[in-house]
Amino acid sequence: MSEEISLMKGNEAIAHAAIRYGVDGYFGYPITPQSEIIETLMEAAPWETTGMIVLQAESEVAAINMVYGGAASGKAVMTTSSSPGISLKQEGISYLAGTELPALIVNVQRGGPGLGTIQPSQSDYFQTVKGGGHGDYRLITLAPNSVQEMADFVELGFKLAFKYRNPAMILTDGAIGQMMEKVKLPEFRPRRTEQEIREQCPWAALGKTPDRKPNIHTSLELDPVIMEKNNERFQAKYREIEKNEVRYEKIQCEDAEYLFVAFGSAARICLKTIEMAREEGIKVGLLRPITLWPFPSEIIGQYADKVKGMLVVELNAGQMVEDVRLAVNGKVKVEHYGRLGGIVPTPDAVLGAFKEKVIE
Amino acid sequence: MTHEIVISGFGGQGVLSMGKILAYSGIMEGKEVSWFPSYGPEQRGGTANVTVILSDKPISSPIVDKYDIAVVLNQPSLEKFEEKVKPGGSIIYDGYGIHNPPKRKDINVYKIDAMDEAVKMNNDKVFNMIVLGGLLKVAPVAQLENVMEGLKKSLPERYHNLLPMNKEAILRGMEIIRQENKAEINEN
Repeated sequence: MSEEISLMKGNEAIAHAAIRYGVDGYFGYPITPQSEIIETLMEAAPWETTGMIVLQAESEVAAINMVYGGAASGKAVMTTSSSPGISLKQEGISYLAGTELPALIVNVQRGGPGLGTIQPSQSDYFQTVKGGGHGDYRLITLAPNSVQEMADFVELGFKLAFKYRNPAMILTDGAIGQMMEKVKLPEFRPRRTEQEIREQCPWAALGKTPDRKPNIHTSLELDPVIMEKNNERFQAKYREIEKNEVRYEKIQCEDAEYLFVAFGSAARICLKTIEMAREEGIKVGLLRPITLWPFPSEIIGQYADKVKGMLVVELNAGQMVEDVRLAVNGKVKVEHYGRLGGIVPTPDAVLGAFKEKVIE
Repeated sequence: MTHEIVISGFGGQGVLSMGKILAYSGIMEGKEVSWFPSYGPEQRGGTANVTVILSDKPISSPIVDKYDIAVVLNQPSLEKFEEKVKPGGSIIYDGYGIHNPPKRKDINVYKIDAMDEAVKMNNDKVFNMIVLGGLLKVAPVAQLENVMEGLKKSLPERYHNLLPMNKEAILRGMEIIRQENKAEINEN
């Protein structure tokens, strides 16, 4: 790790981390609250140093299809946007999943539905972990709660995407994107050479070679018997990811009588609420899912036997709470607290809701 | 020790960059910091604010609803944040931007005539640095040398020739800030 500590926005951290990770191509289209990503990349001009391409496409749809093309050739490629723009990208994401191609997509969420607002929200949880695009596919989903994790999850996202040949998403929001914190950026890592791509990604479409059959990527398969086989292969891969890649953080859970479950910016707010609650003698902890898919169902299920109640805090009307309820399977009371449309709840308000809804 | 500070004024007054310099100063001081802006469809003349938290331990929520210190530079900002200062906390206001001063008796009230001073210095661009000086006098969260390091970090190199002028403005702010009310804490 580089020793240099910088103060920067979450959006800027993603841009710098992408250059340092050795990303081959970024394709995007500006939208608040994530435009600093493409702005930072343009200012850094990595095409002059690492050779990374940075391109402002004509639309979000064009950008995700450029990602599709780059991914097919084994390149490390990414796109970023915010909620309405991510909706436009869903077709491309489904195609990436259906073709088993790795790519990183970042959603710096804002309040919806529709064009909505530009303030922070977590209302794209369902879209991200339950589908979004069409077909039986899954999107590896990472939820950073700090500027440091914004930087770190670029590498993690690409590693998982390439390991499983599946698109990965960093699901964050305007609060984490816009705020500045201390960050240690990762070390520079050179972009992979053509030869390395050839060796590491035997599936990559790299043009005609005399020594092997051409690689052809398509999600189209008109024979349903083969299409079912393809789907079974995807499903087997998803089970593998669920087995290996669940990530979460436990905070003050050892003696907890109650549990908050929250991700991203909502988890940060809960940390403050925990400080306040513990000053009053209420023993509450936080379980923070880091991967939203695969979801940490097992550990949440284990806490169902240990705590008296759970409060799921989200910047939405109640989305992840459904997965928490499935995980505890009725064994313990699970309540939800959220604010909508870009309003961020305060630690005080969370404490109030917790006392009202959960404490006996 | 944790300081939860909000700085609020109108867009273009340098509120966000003042917050950034404060946050950088905190880093130089070895503290944990967070900087959370009101970002929105803001425009020059509209309101802008930033929450800066400096702490000796990791910062939980970058978003808070009660502040130790509110620095308010125009009337709408005072109206928004006066009630959000913790009892015993402090409010710092600019005499030029605010005509109806804070009324609460349970907080410390400081007045700084930063705009007038900037005009006297013949440079309205150092306005926010004068205010920062006042803030550092009230809450010495960072030593001057660390503030200067923070300033250096947050200014592009081509502006480093302006560092002495900014230092002078910070020192001036420390001199001219005046306490108008001492918090009366009711211990009941």
